[in-house]
Amino acid sequence: MKPKWNWFDALNALILSGIVLACLYPFVYMLAVSLSDSASIASGEVWLWPKGFNLDMYQYVFEDGRVLKGYKNTLIYVISGTAISLIVTALGAYALSKTKMVMGKPILMLIVFTMFFNGGMIPTFLVVKELGFVNTIWGMVLPGAVGTWNLLIMRTFFMGMPQELEESGKIDGLSEIGIFFRIVLPLSKPVLATIGLYYAVGMWNNFMGPLLYLRDADMQPLQVILRNIVLSGQLTGTDGPVVGDIVVVEDGLKFATIMVSTLPILLVYPFIQKYFVKGALIGSVKG
Amino acid sequence: MSFELTGKGGCVFLQPQKNPGFLTKVKRDKYLLLLLLPCALYYIIFKYVPIFGISIAFMDYNLFKGITESDWVGFKYFSMFFNTPDFWPVLRNTFLLGLYKLIFGFPAPIILALLINEVSKSFLKRFVQTVSYLPHFISNVVVAGIAVMFLSPTGGVVNQLLSAVGLERINFLVEASWFRSIYVTTDVWQHIGWGTIIYLAALTAIDPQLYEAARMDGANRWKQALNITLPGIAPAIVIILILDIGKILEIGFEKVYLLATPATYETADIISTYVYRVGLTQGNYSYATAIDLFTGIISFIFIIAANSFSRRVSGSSIW
Repeated sequence: MKPKWNWFDALNALILSGIVLACLYPFVYMLAVSLSDSASIASGEVWLWPKGFNLDMYQYVFEDGRVLKGYKNTLIYVISGTAISLIVTALGAYALSKTKMVMGKPILMLIVFTMFFNGGMIPTFLVVKELGFVNTIWGMVLPGAVGTWNLLIMRTFFMGMPQELEESGKIDGLSEIGIFFRIVLPLSKPVLATIGLYYAVGMWNNFMGPLLYLRDADMQPLQVILRNIVLSGQLTGTDGPVVGDIVVVEDGLKFATIMVSTLPILLVYPFIQKYFVKGALIGSVKG
Repeated sequence: MSFELTGKGGCVFLQPQKNPGFLTKVKRDKYLLLLLLPCALYYIIFKYVPIFGISIAFMDYNLFKGITESDWVGFKYFSMFFNTPDFWPVLRNTFLLGLYKLIFGFPAPIILALLINEVSKSFLKRFVQTVSYLPHFISNVVVAGIAVMFLSPTGGVVNQLLSAVGLERINFLVEASWFRSIYVTTDVWQHIGWGTIIYLAALTAIDPQLYEAARMDGANRWKQALNITLPGIAPAIVIILILDIGKILEIGFEKVYLLATPATYETADIISTYVYRVGLTQGNYSYATAIDLFTGIISFIFIIAANSFSRRVSGSSIW
């Protein structure tokens, strides 16, 4: 029995279209503005489609060397951070998935406890400082290396692995370490991809980490550069449009900077979305 | 009795499992424990050492003396915080922002999930979902950037719209009265789609026969939603509500820090930004830690209270 099209569906379609529009429009608008010429932007003519199409703004963005440097730094942090996080999380999650492991339960409880209570900003900062990680790449990749939620998702995944596989490995004389690397890990690509993406996006978007732990301007990741240009309106590039003595950061330039730093996620997003959702589901079904 | 497979020297034994002592178990699990080691070290160094580092809230912590040499001062910094004129505004801002976020941010994904569920075409369903998840992956810097640009008094889209319909332009970002609305709106925008995932999963678990039976009894779609769908996802709703209540005081630092300006501190200065300012930028480590501890304890009480209340009333709880 198929329900007929009625006022309910019409209203529903209207509301959902509104939500779709609200989620998409900002990106369409930013793209349009960043591709338009300054005059059309200033007169407020740009709504959906670029007017006076040009790539000048993108040229400015890349000529301002900080964006490129920020890109490079971010890539370094994302790649090394994701690798470290993934390895540590996978190893820990596998060990914790063995419920018979000695002390397994109390250790798991101690880990979950940190989701509800933690030392807070200052004690954590002091630890990082004492370790000498301030202003080093370690300060970026280590303090947030393991996400408890991700650890629990992986643990759930490993617990669902067929016991027989591991037993057959044991019979063949593999130790727990051998079983993990030769049998479990190759079968865990879906969960590794999912959690890896979570870590990568988290690292890409991380703003608080560099704010707390990085002092050196040369080490700042993209998000900090982005904030300086878009929110504080700073631009050091001498090629920027100059009005009198003041360097004015135009809206188009700000939008272009946002687009440049968000584009990678926007582009890969449709392809990786289903992994994200899968991860969110494993995480929520069995907390 | 349980059995255990042991392989030694190419032979396989099926042995009755004894109840081994602690050290024997440690020896048996030595490889697993080795695998756990990096993770355990992470939690000890970056989670538990800071938890013990909270003790500096009760000290006159001095960077040069270190934690062992600094003098204990008891509750000095707590009473200092309770007596500062910043205490009530900061606490009120944090609580109100968290409360508004809960009031608008909690039901929004439930409503969206119910609406998506009513769409009969599956490709439309997927399209709406895909698009609504998108803002979840955008960084707070970008979200704050978008908000600032869209609300700008001169070129911002919102103000262009306002003036187009003959209303006065508003300088949203420097008016304290607008801060909470901006924060909550962007927050709902960011997370509404992502929040639907768990509810949509819960919806698929509802027995379709219930709907057929309801239709037989003449229930329209509104009645069905009210009497079958909502009760069906009630356990998920309760769990998320408990978690959200526990997080009322834990408002993300990043977006508030990025959106706030000195002009809006009146409503925008919350505990975490205050802690950052007095603690890290002014170096009052002990004072800031005391404030953090104070809120941490209140949050903890919130979540325990919400959990036990829900266990008593609805029977579902997190633990």
